Amino acid sequence: MAGILIYAEVQKGELKKGAFEITSKAKEFGQEVSACIIGSGAEALAPELAKYGADKIYVVDGPEYENYVTEAFVQAFVQVAQQVQPAIILTSSTAQGKDFTPAIAARLQVGCFSDCVDLSLNGDKIVVKRPMYAGKAYVLAEATATPQIASIRPNSFPINENAGAGAVEKVAVSIDAAKIKTVVKSVEIAESDEPDQTEAEIIVSGGRGMKGPDGFPMIEALAKALGPGSTTGASRAAVDAGWRDHAYQVGQTGKTVSPNLYIACGISGAIQHLAGMGTSKVIVAINKDAEAPIFSKADYGVVDDLFKVVPALTEEVKKIRS
Amino acid sequence: MNTVVCMKQVPDTETLIKVNPEGTGIATEGIKWVMGPYDEFAVEEALQQKEKFKAGTVSIVSLGPDRAIEAIRTGLAMGADSAVHINDSAFYDKADPYATAAVLAAAVKNLEYDIVFLGKQAIDDDSGQVPAILAEMLGIPVITQVLKLEVEADKSKATVTREVEGGHAIIDVTLPAVLSAQKGLNEPRYASLPGIMKAKKKPVDVKTAADLGVDVGAMTVIKEMTLPPARQAGKIIEGETPEEKAANLAKALHEEAKLI
Ligand SMILES: Cc1cc2nc3c(=O)[nH]c(=O)nc-3n(C[C@H](O)[C@H](O)[C@H](O)COP(=O)(O)OP(=O)(O)OC[C@H]3O[C@@H](n4cnc5c(N)ncnc54)[C@H](O)[C@@H]3O)c2cc1C
Ligand SMILES: Nc1ncnc2c1ncn2[C@@H]1O[C@H](COP(=O)(O)O)[C@@H](O)[C@H]1O
Repeated sequence: MAGILIYAEVQKGELKKGAFEITSKAKEFGQEVSACIIGSGAEALAPELAKYGADKIYVVDGPEYENYVTEAFVQAFVQVAQQVQPAIILTSSTAQGKDFTPAIAARLQVGCFSDCVDLSLNGDKIVVKRPMYAGKAYVLAEATATPQIASIRPNSFPINENAGAGAVEKVAVSIDAAKIKTVVKSVEIAESDEPDQTEAEIIVSGGRGMKGPDGFPMIEALAKALGPGSTTGASRAAVDAGWRDHAYQVGQTGKTVSPNLYIACGISGAIQHLAGMGTSKVIVAINKDAEAPIFSKADYGVVDDLFKVVPALTEEVKKIRS
Repeated sequence: MNTVVCMKQVPDTETLIKVNPEGTGIATEGIKWVMGPYDEFAVEEALQQKEKFKAGTVSIVSLGPDRAIEAIRTGLAMGADSAVHINDSAFYDKADPYATAAVLAAAVKNLEYDIVFLGKQAIDDDSGQVPAILAEMLGIPVITQVLKLEVEADKSKATVTREVEGGHAIIDVTLPAVLSAQKGLNEPRYASLPGIMKAKKKPVDVKTAADLGVDVGAMTVIKEMTLPPARQAGKIIEGETPEEKAANLAKALHEEAKLI
């Protein structure tokens, strides 16, 4: 067993950014980098992956892979993995990756690491760094079996162009339909061009200080002004009050995020919230209470009424970016 | 409707984590231990299904040391009928998600179930792996991050809503199945006083990994645990008016942090 095999996730007909991040990282180790793309129209996406370092790209293409079905994708990927015999398998810790990665590890009867933020090589062993206790602690860990599988938190590695050989092989996998005990009836994804919180470069988050759902368009306007890599988030107080959907919640029982910039508006900074965003590169807090604990973690603090500061900030950002 | 709930006792979310002297795990003194918040949704859902069907049992399975009995009793006080406590410190201390799933699978196999409920993630290791591995070992399907569950009257099938990126998917699944609970599935009940009294008399079967015939080593090893560097308070942006502060903040983010 040798080399690195990447699972390159497809969503809405495009490769996820995380696929480029892990391919770029894998390339650094000087080993053969293969990738597996599963999806309807997957073949057309292969050249893009070669740009970031994939030497060999295995494609499982067909209309039946339009929707992600855990069992079908696991069977397809495991057949590719058995053909490639990699020493290391890397995936992204996206919503799909969190479902997929432990399932392939279980099928291959090995362990795996979730949500890693760093990866290095010690001889033929990978050493992963990953958060535990919602980021209150970090561990370095190693696997005892091969293949070694790690899913990597999006935004952990930069994307570098570093072309690989890019040979494409279409794989005809045989799926045991009797083992597929689920049928996806419908998938409803909100029409939005915002990135997912876990992948966003900038997050503008609102808390109880937003006073109600009507405050959130203001936050959305700021995120929009900050550019395409930006999205919004919320504290649990805002979610529990029904102002925002749970998908937006950041924190110990929401999403763990580490954007370049996190702007907390009307959020006090409870330990469970800090756990979910404490690794953001730069934190800004806008809160009218100078004693709010969020200020002890923020790189920049504004002590004032968010209803005045946020719209003014949006205008300033527009000026700078235009 | 018979269900099994795999439930883990974890440190309360308020806990300030400290590293043990060996540097390989947390210092456990003074920690308040609670039932995992996602596991509470799992217990609640099992109870609601039993109530809907007006029949069946809810069994809790938990791997953990002596202290785990408190979380198990909480589950029984909420209304579960019985529990299996895999009380085996030697196994537990080294267990990773794979070994955990192996021992849970061995215990679950001895029980009656249409659905096995778990939390989507234990908030100590944050791995989110046990549901999928357990399902593989039991040879049944798994749906993770479940937001809604509708079981058919004959218990042969269920319709499940799960969270996906940017939305949700509606999936039909043949039972038995493993489902992992996401926040939003339900509102967990509190244990009532009569519930707490009754829980004391409910049966808890105590087992070791060896009793269950499990001899699986961990597939992953923690080499070192550290705390993230403490964040320092940065600067407070000055200004006469909110507008001036906003302008100064934008300037700092543009010129100093170079983020906009
Ligand atoms: C098991 C468990 C899990 C949890 N998980 C999470 C989680 O995942 N995520 C999470 O966020 N929380 C979580 N919590 C909840 C957490 O403890 C806090 O209750 C929550 O984060 C508080 O949200 P908040 O900061 O929005 O509200 P508050 O603490 O009420 O803070 C509101 C802030 O807004 C400020 N404010 C009000 N008006 C204005 C204004 N006009 N201008 C400027 N500032 C203003 C106030 O000064 C205050 O600081 C969890 C709790 C438990 C027990
Ligand atoms: N020691 C354990 N005992 C019982 N259930 C567990 C244990 N560890 C994990 N689980 C279950 O598996 C879920 C996911 O855990 P994890 O994969 O560790 O994040 C938890 O929410 C529990 O439902």
